Amino acid sequence: MSAQAQAAPAPARRARGLPPALTHPGVLFGLAVLAVVLAAALAAPWLGTLDPIQLRPRLRLRPPSDAAWFGTDAFGRDVYSRVVYGARVSLMIGFCVAAVAVALGLVIGLVAGYVRWLDAVVMRVMDGVMAIPSILLAIALVTLSGAGIGTVIVAITIPEIPRVARLVRGVVLTVREEPYVEAAIGAGTRLPLLLIRHVLPNTIAPLIVQGTYVCASAILTEAILSFLGAGIPTEVPSWGNIMAEGRQAFQLAPWVILFPGLCVAATVLAVNILGDGLRDSLDPRLARRLGSLR
Amino acid sequence: MSPVLEIRGLSVPLPGSGDRAHAVEGLSLTVGPGEIVCVVGESGSGKSVTAHAVMGLLPPVLKPSGGEIRLLGEDVLAASPSRLRALRGGRMAMVFQEPMTALNPVLTVGAQLAEVLEAHAEGPSGRARHERVLALMRDVHLPDPVRMVRAYPHQLSGGQRQRVMIAMALANDPALIIADEPTTALDVTTQAQILKLMRELQARRDAGILFITHDFGVVAEIADRVAVMRRGRLVEEGTAEAVLSRPQDPYTRMLIDAVPSATPPAPRPRPAAKPPVLEVESLAKTYGGGVASGLGGLFGRPGRVVHALDRVSVSLRPGETLGVVGESGSGKSTLARCIARFVDPSAGAIRLDGADIAGLRGRALHPYRRRVQVIFQDPYRSLNPRRRVGPSIVEGPRNYGTPAAVAWERARSLMDLVGLDPSALERYPHEFSGGQRQRIAIARALAMEPDLLIADEAVSALDVSVQAQVLDLLESVRERLNLAILFITHDLRVAARLCDRLIVMLNGRVVEEGETAAVFADPQHAYTRALFAAAPGAHRREAAE
Repeated sequence: MSAQAQAAPAPARRARGLPPALTHPGVLFGLAVLAVVLAAALAAPWLGTLDPIQLRPRLRLRPPSDAAWFGTDAFGRDVYSRVVYGARVSLMIGFCVAAVAVALGLVIGLVAGYVRWLDAVVMRVMDGVMAIPSILLAIALVTLSGAGIGTVIVAITIPEIPRVARLVRGVVLTVREEPYVEAAIGAGTRLPLLLIRHVLPNTIAPLIVQGTYVCASAILTEAILSFLGAGIPTEVPSWGNIMAEGRQAFQLAPWVILFPGLCVAATVLAVNILGDGLRDSLDPRLARRLGSLR
Repeated sequence: MSPVLEIRGLSVPLPGSGDRAHAVEGLSLTVGPGEIVCVVGESGSGKSVTAHAVMGLLPPVLKPSGGEIRLLGEDVLAASPSRLRALRGGRMAMVFQEPMTALNPVLTVGAQLAEVLEAHAEGPSGRARHERVLALMRDVHLPDPVRMVRAYPHQLSGGQRQRVMIAMALANDPALIIADEPTTALDVTTQAQILKLMRELQARRDAGILFITHDFGVVAEIADRVAVMRRGRLVEEGTAEAVLSRPQDPYTRMLIDAVPSATPPAPRPRPAAKPPVLEVESLAKTYGGGVASGLGGLFGRPGRVVHALDRVSVSLRPGETLGVVGESGSGKSTLARCIARFVDPSAGAIRLDGADIAGLRGRALHPYRRRVQVIFQDPYRSLNPRRRVGPSIVEGPRNYGTPAAVAWERARSLMDLVGLDPSALERYPHEFSGGQRQRIAIARALAMEPDLLIADEAVSALDVSVQAQVLDLLESVRERLNLAILFITHDLRVAARLCDRLIVMLNGRVVEEGETAAVFADPQHAYTRALFAAAPGAHRREAAE
C-alpha cells in the first residue's frame, strides 16, 4: 500500500555517481578476489579440471607437475581439481551462514531492541546460545543427523546469530532514542512500519560489515570442522577436508595442504578487507565527519 | 604594551569543493594583556577555526596557508610540535564548550588539575602541587575544594565542571586564555556566574582572553573589544561600546537586531475566548521508586524517586502561545513529552478538547496523535537521515488515510508556506542547513493539521539570524492556522518575542504564571527574578537606560 503510494507521485530518483563504498580500495580489492574465486568455483568443469573424486592409486602423492598442477593426494586424486571444486563448498557455506545468521539476527535484534518487555528474555536466551562452542555443536549435530553440508551450515550459523542480534540490538537502542523516531511515533506510524522505515535503514551499514566477518569466520570454521572430521564428508571436496586428508602425508607431500590452505587464507583475507573497507565507507559517523568539513 | 596575541593576515584554506575557498581569510586581530576580545559570528564564520589555529589544534586537513600568529612575539605557526606542547597549557590555555566531555570521566578532578601542573617541568611537585590545586579550585570558587579534589566529573554540575575547566586553564598562569563558547552549554543563571568569574579572574591576573561566542548578549556582558566575523573574514572590529551602540557594518547591525529584546511586544489582540484545546490538570511524572518490571528488574532495587513533574496544570486556547520557561532539569521537556504522549504520565489528566488522553495507550491513542505535533530541538537529529524529505512529510497524513496525491499536494504547498522550494521534497536532510531543516520539521508537523504544536527548544540550536526567521515563521503560521503553540525554551528573550502567556518552571513545578508583559514587568517569584537578572546583556541595557 505504502510502497505504491510513494512510487506514484514521488519523483524519479536522481541520477548519482557510484556510491562511495565502491570507490574504496579495500572494497574493490576484496570484491575482485571474491569475484575470481566465485568465477573459478562456478566454472570449475571448464578450467582443465579432472573428476575431483576419481581415485588413481598409481599416481599417489605426485608433486606438482604439468599433468597435475597442484600434485596429487594419497589416493591419487588431482589436488588442483579438488581445490577448484572445493571453492564451491567453502563459498556456499560462507554466504549461506552469513545470510541466515544476519537475517535471523536482524529480526531478533530489532524485536529485542524495540520491544522493551521482550528484551531481557530474548537477550538471555541469546547469551545462552552464544555460550555454545560451534565446534562442539557441530560434532554433536553431525553425530545426531549425519555429516552433510546442511548440518555444517546449521551448526556454524547457530552460534553466529547472537553476535548479529547483539549488534543490531545495540544500534536499535541508540536509533530508537533519536528524535526522528519520536517524530514518526507522533505522526501515528505503527510499530512494524516504524521498524522497517526508520529503524532498519539505520542499522544496515553495521550489519553489512558484520555479515562479511560472519562469512569469513564461517569459511574458517568449516575448514576446522572438516579438518577434525566433523564436517563435510570426503566425497565432497572442501578446502577443509582436502587439508584434513593431507595431514597424514604432510611431510611427504606438503602440497596437498599448501594449496587449499592458501585458498582459505586468500579468501578469508579478501572478505575481511572487504568488511574493513565497508566499515570505513559506510560508517555514518565517519561520513558525517567528512561531510562536516565541506 | 605589546600584545599577548597578534594574528596577522591568517588564511586557512578549506579542502575540497566547499561553498567557499577559505575557512579563514586574511584575518588580523590582537589581544592585549588583561583584555577580553570577543570574536562573534554565526556557525561557519571561522571563529572556532581561528581559535584552534592559535592553539595549534587544527585537524590535519586544515593547514594555514598564510599569515602569522604571534604569542608574546613567538610565531605559533612555525613552532615545532614539542614547542607547541610547551606553549599549550603553559603560555596559552583553552576552555571548551562542552564541560561534559572535556573532562576525563574516569579521573578525579584533582588528578586532572594536578596533571596540567605536572605536564610542565617548572610546575610544583608533591605537597606544593596539592596546595596549588586547592588554591586553583578556590580561585574559581568551587565549594569545599578539600572534598571536591576527590570528586569525579559526573558528580559535579555543568557549572562546576566549567569552573574546573577554567581552573585547568589558569593552572600555569597563561598569558592567553582562549574560551570557545564556554557558556553556550550552560543554563542562563550558571552562564551569568561563569561570565562573572571570568571577568573577575581577568581583572586579577592580567591574562588576555580570546572569547568566542555567537551571542551578542554575552558580548555585552564581558567584552572589552569585539571582532565580528562572517564567512571567514573580519567584518568589523572595535571597542565593545562602539560596536554595540554604533555598529558600522550591516551584518553586525543585523546580528545585534536579531537578538530578541528582553522587552515583550505589546500584547496582541486575541480572539474571543474559545474553549481551550488543551487542558493539563495536576500532571505528575515520577521516575524511579518501584522495582523495574520484567526480567531486567530481577536484580533491581527500589531507587530514589525523582519528581520530574509535580502537579503541573496548564491550559491553552486556539491561536494562543504559551511559553514554558525553565533551565535544564526543570521538567519543561518532560511536560512536552507527556503531552505528546512519548512518555506515560504518572498521574493527572491531559484533555484534548475535553477527552482525557493521559491514560490511553497504543491504538486508543492513535486518533489523538495527529492533533498534537512536536518540533524538536536538534534539526540534525529530528529528520531520518536515510529518508527523503518528501516521504518524511507525507508519512503522517498517509498513516491517517489521506490519499497519496492529496498528501503530496499538501506537502508541496507546505514547502511554499515554510519558504522552501518544492524540489526540496526530493532531497535528503543532509543537503540542508540547520535553519532549513527546522523549516522542514515545521512543515512535517503542519502536514498533520494539528490543533496543538509543541515547539521543544525549537530555535535554541540555531544561529540568531536564523532563529529570528524561524520565530517569524512560527508567528505567521500561528496567525494563519489559528494554532495553539506550547513553546518550550530556556531563553526568556525568545519567549518574550512569541508568547502570549508564560509559565516558569523550577524542579518540576510551575513557580510563576501570567501574561508575558505582566511577568516581565513584575516578576513575582525569586527564581523568575534571578532568570531576568542572569539574561545576558541585561547589565549593559540597565547601564544604558
